[in-house]
Amino acid sequence: MHVIIDNLPLYLSGLQRTLQICLYAGVLALVLGTVIAAFRVAPLPPLRATGTSWVTVFRNCPLTVVLFFMAFGLPELGLNGSYFWFGTIGLALYTSAFVCEAIRSGINAVPPGQAEAARAIGLGFGQTLGLVVLPQAVRTVVPPLGNVIIAMIKNSAIVGAFGVGGDLFAVGDTLTSARGEAVLPVLIGVVLGYLVITIPAGLLLGVLERKVAIAR
Amino acid sequence: MTNSVLYEAPGPVAKRRGLVVSVVVGVLLLALLTWVLVTLGVNGQLTVEKWGPLIDPTNGTFTALWGLLGAGLGNTLLAAVLAMAFSLVIGTLLAVSRVIAAPWYRWAVVGLVELLRGVPVVIAVFFASRVLPSFGLDMPVMWYLVIGLTAYNSVIIAEIVRAGILSLPRGQSEAAYAIGLRRSQVLRTVVLPQAFRAMLPALISQLVVIVKDTSLGFIISYVDLVRQGQIVIQNLNNPIQTYFVVGVVFVLINYALSRAAVFTERRLSQGRKGGFTAPRVTETGTA
Repeated sequence: MHVIIDNLPLYLSGLQRTLQICLYAGVLALVLGTVIAAFRVAPLPPLRATGTSWVTVFRNCPLTVVLFFMAFGLPELGLNGSYFWFGTIGLALYTSAFVCEAIRSGINAVPPGQAEAARAIGLGFGQTLGLVVLPQAVRTVVPPLGNVIIAMIKNSAIVGAFGVGGDLFAVGDTLTSARGEAVLPVLIGVVLGYLVITIPAGLLLGVLERKVAIAR
Repeated sequence: MTNSVLYEAPGPVAKRRGLVVSVVVGVLLLALLTWVLVTLGVNGQLTVEKWGPLIDPTNGTFTALWGLLGAGLGNTLLAAVLAMAFSLVIGTLLAVSRVIAAPWYRWAVVGLVELLRGVPVVIAVFFASRVLPSFGLDMPVMWYLVIGLTAYNSVIIAEIVRAGILSLPRGQSEAAYAIGLRRSQVLRTVVLPQAFRAMLPALISQLVVIVKDTSLGFIISYVDLVRQGQIVIQNLNNPIQTYFVVGVVFVLINYALSRAAVFTERRLSQGRKGGFTAPRVTETGTA
């Protein structure tokens, strides 16, 4: 166990890096996913088609391949940046497909009467969705959305494995391969690092669920 | 035309506006696509030299290249099938033992499930390839990948199966006990078959996740589809093109699998009018 204590600063900086990736990717994925979900239920066929292909591609393509594509494709389009950003954007694109599907299932769970009432008082599609349906949908999908985000936190390890320096995965890799530390204690330290994020996230989710969720 | 409650069937004005917006969106998307293609073209990414080996059967390296990728795909699917089979067996055992076991043992199972669920699957794979050899377990690289994937997915499948068992009406097992079956018989002949049937779509969806997760094998140098793609790239220097093809292969396989899941779900819900409904399991896209 002394490996963990001796390298505590390294673990903490890894934890911080992982949190950074998750924060940026999480916010981006939530925003993108909501927009794509709106696309998927929109009245206009081109929007629906865009939403559907987005989800089909990003849900069925391994995150690793998405990340490689970001790293090799974006520079060819003249978009330069660090691997940190390529990785974070790739993770966000990948997660947005799952966010979209979670929100869409929430939209389907809102009783039709709500949307009908909104239409009856003359609200358009944007207003019906934005003022009446989405606020209720988002409250319904707090648990699945939370699971998507927790899965994303764990997926951030792939971003690390892919070469973004300094996150928790990279810390484990450095300690075992470069410094030749015993593997098992290092592993325990890395797993603790992720549990430190995911367990409070799960608890927070439970609290949030009790506060806002509507049971249907 | 409209089956959504979110908007009215369009009248003349809405139709016209819809058409205008559709055209504008279509033009914007086309413009984006054109920009991407032109930029790629300017950077020399659309040349025959880069694409030929992948899509032109008359190209000299076409056969060899697809032989390579095909072998990689075979390895990917082999690892996925093995991981799925092991996860199913271990997951079912976990789920059953959690349902029937004594309290102290149940806590051990719950603890194991929660712990393994908290470990990112890439770390499970990576450390399987490091920890197991340090305990003297040397085996082909594929098994580290399979063990890592199984460790993670078996607890997920345990949860799916448990949800299936809990979704059954109590009367099913009560009736089975009433005709004198023992607990193991009740589980084997009455409860589990129905639970699996109910959770079949979720299990198929989980297979998609496993197929995607095998792509993590490249980290421990398992010669899967991604790894073979990297070998192609080292020789032909065409990362965009090769990863595009690899991505398309994955999307096609997984899309077919998820269609199968939807199809099974529909078949099952047709055959069960007025019966119980299977609980929905949200996909979280763990990769």
